[in-house]
Parts: sequence; C-alpha cells; structure tokens
Amino acid sequence: MRKVENNKAWLLVLPVFLLVAFSAIVPLMTVVNYSVQDIFDQNNAYFVGSEWYREILRDPRLHESLLRQFMFSFAVLAIEIPLGIGIALMMPTKGKMASVCLILVAIPLLIPWNVVGTIWQIFGRADIGLFGWSLTSLGMDYNYASNPIDAWATVLLMDVWHWTPLVALLCYSGLRAIPEAFYQAARIDRASKWAIFRHIQLPKLKNVLVIGVLLRFMDSFMIYTEPFVLTGGGPGNSTTFLSQTLTQMAIGQFDLGPAAAFSLIYFLIVLLVSWLFFTTINHMDKDK
Amino acid sequence: MAIQKSRNKNIGITLYILFILVPIYWLLNMSFKSNEEILGGLSFWPTEFTLENYAVIFTDPTWYMGYFNSILYVGMNVIITLAVALPAAYAFSRYKFLGDKQMFFWLLTNRMAPPAVFLLPFFQLYSSVGLFDTHIAVALAHCLFNVPLAVWILEGFMSGVPREIDETAYIDGYSFPRFFGRIFLPMIRSGIGVTAFFAFMFSWVELLLARTLTSVEAKPIAAIMTRTVGAAGIDWGVLAAAGVLTIIPGLLVIWFVRNHVAKGFALGRV
Repeated sequence: MRKVENNKAWLLVLPVFLLVAFSAIVPLMTVVNYSVQDIFDQNNAYFVGSEWYREILRDPRLHESLLRQFMFSFAVLAIEIPLGIGIALMMPTKGKMASVCLILVAIPLLIPWNVVGTIWQIFGRADIGLFGWSLTSLGMDYNYASNPIDAWATVLLMDVWHWTPLVALLCYSGLRAIPEAFYQAARIDRASKWAIFRHIQLPKLKNVLVIGVLLRFMDSFMIYTEPFVLTGGGPGNSTTFLSQTLTQMAIGQFDLGPAAAFSLIYFLIVLLVSWLFFTTINHMDKDK
Repeated sequence: MAIQKSRNKNIGITLYILFILVPIYWLLNMSFKSNEEILGGLSFWPTEFTLENYAVIFTDPTWYMGYFNSILYVGMNVIITLAVALPAAYAFSRYKFLGDKQMFFWLLTNRMAPPAVFLLPFFQLYSSVGLFDTHIAVALAHCLFNVPLAVWILEGFMSGVPREIDETAYIDGYSFPRFFGRIFLPMIRSGIGVTAFFAFMFSWVELLLARTLTSVEAKPIAAIMTRTVGAAGIDWGVLAAAGVLTIIPGLLVIWFVRNHVAKGFALGRV
C-alpha cells in the first residue's frame, strides 16, 4: 500500500514504545549488567568481562539442553504443522457444526499451562489416569516418571494436544478466505483433490503458515511450565529444556552472572532462528 | 464417492475432537470424585457423585480470590494492550516514519524473549517501583509479549482497509479522533475481537511471570493450585476441580469471538 511520509506518526507509536521499553529495556540492561560482573552482594561487584560467556559456552549443561531443545522444537513443528493443516481441511465449513467444532478445537489453547501439565500428569499415571492405565493394561511398560523415552513421548504428545489447535485455527481461517470462484474454476478444469490443495489451498495458506511456524517455534523454544509440572525435567535431565536449565541456574543455584550470560545467548538464538526464517520466506517471495 | 469422502472427513475430525476432549473429560470426572474413590481404582464416571471438591474452592477466599485476581489482571492487560496497540498499528499501516521498520522488528523481538530470561530483573524492577504483588504489575509485564503481537495482528487488519476511506473522511471534515473512533474502529471490529482473544489467551495461560511478580494480594489461581500438594500427598480431587474451573473463562471468551475467529483471522495478515 502507498504510504505517506509523516514523522508525526511517532506520536501514535510513542505509548507502545514507552510501555514496551519499560518492560523490556530496563530488565534487559539488568541482565547485560549481571552478565559482565561477579556479584557477591549489593555493594560488592567486580567487572569480569566475558568470563561468564566463556564459562557458559563451555558448559555441558548448555550443550545438552540446547540439543534437546532443538530436537523438541523440530519434532513439534514436524508433527503439528501437517496435522494442523489436515485438521483445518477436515473441519466443517458451514452451519452450527462449524461453530461447535471451532470451539471444541480451541479449548486446549485456553487452559493455563500448568493446568495442561496437571491434566497430562493425571492422565498419564498408571494408577489413576486413563492413558497410563490403558497402556499398562495393554501390556506396555509405560511410566513417564522413570523411563526417559516415555517421558519424551508424553511431553511431545502433550504439546501436540495443546498447540496443534493454534495451527488448525490459523489454517482454518486461511482456508475460509479463499473465494468460492477458485473452487468453481478448479471443478471446471476437473482438478484433482491434490491439485486443488497444492495449487489453490496451500499458496493461500502461506501467510498464516508463516505465522503458525514462527509462533510454534518461538513458544516451543521457550517451553517451561508444562514439562516442569509433568516431569519436573526428569527422569534425570531427559526433559529439561533451555528455560528450565536457566531457572535452575538463576534461582536454584543463584549463579547470577552465568545465568545472565546464558539468558542473552538464549535470547540471541531465538532471534537468530526467527530472523533467518523470516528473511528466507521473504526471499522466496521476491524470487517468484 | 463424494459422500464417502465427507464421511471420512467427519470420522477424522470426530477422532481428533475425541483426542482433545478425553483428557479434559478425565479431569472433569475426577473433580466429582472423593480422593478415596480416585485412588481406589479406575472408573469412567463417579460412582459416588460429590461436589465436595468444588465446595472447598468456593468457601475458601484464598482459593476463589485467585480466580478474581487472574481475571482482573487479564482484563487490565487486554484493555491496556488494545489501548496502546490500536494507534500504533494505525501508524505502522498508514505512515512512513523515521525508523518504522526497525521499530516494528524491535517490537516483535520482545515476543521472542523467553520469560525465563526476565524473571529476576522483572522481580527487581517491579519491587523497586513499588508495584510488586499488584494486579497492574502482572498486567504490565504481560504487555511485553501481548503488545507486539497485538500490533502485528492489528496492522494486518488495518492494511486491509483502503486508504481512500481515511482521505474521504478527512475531506468530509472529520477530525482524526472522531474518524478513528466512529468510522475506522467499527470497520476492523473482527480484527479487534481476534486481537482481544489472543491477548486474553496468552495472559490467562501464562504462569511464570505472574507467579514471580505476586505473593499474596494478586496471586493468580494457577499458582494457588500448587497448594493442593500437602503433607498427606496430593489432594487430587480439589486439584482437578480447580483445573476445571480455570477452563471455564476461556470457554466463555471463545464463545463470544467464535464468529470473528472464523472470518476474522483471514481478513488481516493472520
């Protein structure tokens, strides 16, 4: 769209700027401050330069939880994006059923995250939960509290349960935006279901999918509450993701300096991956 | 053939909805049982139906005030978010100004900041300005991720409204505030609905920041739920009942915006 050059527009942006700056810049500068100092108490702090950064980058805890984190986020995207598209295609388009479906599908999104953890904690237990009980009575040796693979599978299943609805809803609204004329043209051309999906629906879904992928990447990369409630990061460290490693360090052991350095590295990774994804998509647009 | 296809679709969506509902049903089922019955063995519905667990919550102010606190700060957050994001989104969608692109990207980076990173500094910041353990503190803290998202969504919706409408209104003698309130906002109703829905959602479900910034007065329900873990083990029944009650506000909100969600998302960039 044609835009007018007008620096007075800053006045409209100012409230947002002030509000976000208060909540973002001040805390961020505090983190930066911690990350370059060794703090004993309020009056005793020494500048240590990049020492904490070097220490953290060599720390196996960071390496392990970073690897786990990438595996988890990748698995989440690989399952939830195709599944979400599939669900959106299956959802009824007209009538009362459409509203009912929409509401039912959206429910998991509106449950507080620790309650999501609680639901699955109960659901997966072999003694009182339907899921755990069913698997155990089928003869499977399932226990998310002691077996790392079961713990992983449960955390992943929980995330699929929790967040696929977001992808599905985004895609559903994307599909609703396709004019009926497109489908009519396809019918006249006797296009196959696959051809309709590939050449009409998928291109129209691109914008919502970009948002879906970005949101799912960012949020899965920051996941904390749900696995914390469900498994507490265990068994061992098998489901300890980045946020939990960080809070353990900052609050559990009160290693402020290293934790702050960790925070900044963590933040930069999220920024970098999101930026790469964004520019790649934009480049693909320009090539067309 | 076509009927077969649509039947497959219906079976697929039904299975998926079952997958969503069964864990929730299990929670609901448990909330109507006594602890003895829960631990005594598996049953698909309560054999001795009891409202005892809910009674515990509704008679104890430390419990039900948690719901009140959560709803209060979420409501404040939605209002603040919309109030600041609407003009900003208008500026981004209509004008070029110094540093607009950088500003937009910087806003979005805040949506990408892991809350775990900010826990300690937030605690210190809000303590030092005397806002610790107030509702407004949580509402402001949640703006960190809600405002950027709101600007992003609203900007998409606003860009869908042709510029000519603005120009015609100004020629007709409308002032900016009157044009914005009377003409422009009604045109992006569904965008506002969707934005409010997202702001509500992310603020309602967040716990990490809300728990860190409160201790007694403004403590959210999600944090109070951890009380069910006592010396005698976990009080499963009350935990389940409290969980069920946290789902209800979300259900109400999604009911109000259901029509906007279907049409709304697609109008904007979302």
